[in-house]
Amino acid sequence: MVDKIVIQNLSLQYADGTESLRDISLSIPSNAITVLFGPAGGGKSSLLRCLNRLNDLTEVRAASGKILLDGENILDPKTDVIALRRRVGMVFARPVVLPMSIRGNMVYGLELAGEKRRFKLDEAVERGLKLAALWDEVQDRLDDPAITLSGGQQQRLCLARVLANQPEVILLDEPTSGLDPISTGKVETALQELKKNYTIILVPHSVQQAARTADFAAFFLQGELVEAAEGKEIFTHPKQKRTEDYVEGRFG
Amino acid sequence: MKRRFSIDRFLAQRLGVSLITLVALLTVIPIIGVFGYIIAKGAPAISWEFLTAMPRDGMRAGGILPAIVGTFYLTLGTAVFSVPLGIAAAIYLAEYAQENWLTRLIRIAIINLAGIPSVVYGLFGLGLFVLFLKFGTSILAASLTLSIMTLPVIISAAEEALRAVPQSFRTVSISLGGTRWQTIRKIVLPQALPGIMTGVILGLERAAGETAPILFTGAAFFLPRLPGSPLDATMALPYHLFVISTQVPDMPIQIQYGTALVLIIFVLGMNLIATVIRSRARAKRQW
Repeated sequence: MVDKIVIQNLSLQYADGTESLRDISLSIPSNAITVLFGPAGGGKSSLLRCLNRLNDLTEVRAASGKILLDGENILDPKTDVIALRRRVGMVFARPVVLPMSIRGNMVYGLELAGEKRRFKLDEAVERGLKLAALWDEVQDRLDDPAITLSGGQQQRLCLARVLANQPEVILLDEPTSGLDPISTGKVETALQELKKNYTIILVPHSVQQAARTADFAAFFLQGELVEAAEGKEIFTHPKQKRTEDYVEGRFG
Repeated sequence: MKRRFSIDRFLAQRLGVSLITLVALLTVIPIIGVFGYIIAKGAPAISWEFLTAMPRDGMRAGGILPAIVGTFYLTLGTAVFSVPLGIAAAIYLAEYAQENWLTRLIRIAIINLAGIPSVVYGLFGLGLFVLFLKFGTSILAASLTLSIMTLPVIISAAEEALRAVPQSFRTVSISLGGTRWQTIRKIVLPQALPGIMTGVILGLERAAGETAPILFTGAAFFLPRLPGSPLDATMALPYHLFVISTQVPDMPIQIQYGTALVLIIFVLGMNLIATVIRSRARAKRQW
């Protein structure tokens, strides 16, 4: 297992100078699910958004440190952020389907990249939807507006849409926070399948989900990385008292 | 004691609501009054000849075709200049502009542009387009003048329509590898288009009904032919109405009201189109 992403001494701050993350160093292995967990306001989402430079749209800036993706520092101003975002896809907490058909959503990223060949697009639609466990439910209605899908289906469409881009890394920011347990289960199962070919970084919506899904886990508390270890390790024998207290539900 | 107090409050409430309802109803009266009066007085004048013939007999007879065509040309000319410029400015303000002194300056300019009396636009157009740029009294000069007047309406409406498109669409588009411009072109603009169209039509509608800005820049008192090029002067419905109401002695009254009716139908027709576009888009909207 190789380290796909290496974060070195990263500090993030908001436009007004307050710190979001303080001196984080963390390695994220490929072909595994790495979970970033901890109470709200810990800086997990900010970190996630730095990994595909989506923080460029927000107030959060990297103050110091590096994020190496396959050895290249993506915080470098010369980074091609468009290419980066194709390599590092993202699924958000609320399913946001674009105001177009299911197929339109699926091919959106590829068409932006200039792909026009019908067979390539069709192939991507089918592959993405199958990987996100949505194909069976929508294959007969690909031209329906995406908004007509249920919430759970919409979120899987968002995942499928990212997969159609053939990324290397998939970021998920509390992807199941608005979903019922059955839909949540489908997403989690899909992730377990996907990790064979992708690097997955998940901000879970609960400690339980963190424990269920994590191959590796990192515990964030108020801008600080408290502890990072294998999932089994951190949820059964945490080294830090603060991790133990959070995992066992003494605060949150 | 307590009981009586609550009854008083109940009565006061009823009285207040009745009063407000009455006042709201009062606002309908002028509308109905104006329309009823103009239709009653003007409808007898409307005929095929009235709509398609040249004026005769010192405008006291015949039709008002050149004024109808002129207003159509002026509205079209205004659209040609103000729509692309207005939408471009709105895209800049809504999608690209940082909040800094330059943006604030632009916003203040737009607000003030909207507040300038229309006759001042007319004078400005005379100075800039008619005299300095030597366009003469022409459809071109009048359209440009009307464009400047219409721009703030279009910019404000278009900016609002663009801002109404959920931010999450932009974030998603960019996260999928879209550039800012691709995001605007493929998602934001199509979603904002009905709102933009509504603003555009309302702005043009105002331009179509204006007299003062075209008074010195393009309107002709009387032309017995249709304009042949953008550099020709033209008759126009609002100015024609002014002329036949105040400048021509022994004017048959139904021709004045007939002209007013045509102008109102022209403007209301545009309004109706805007309303249809808006309600259709609302029904189809997916957010």
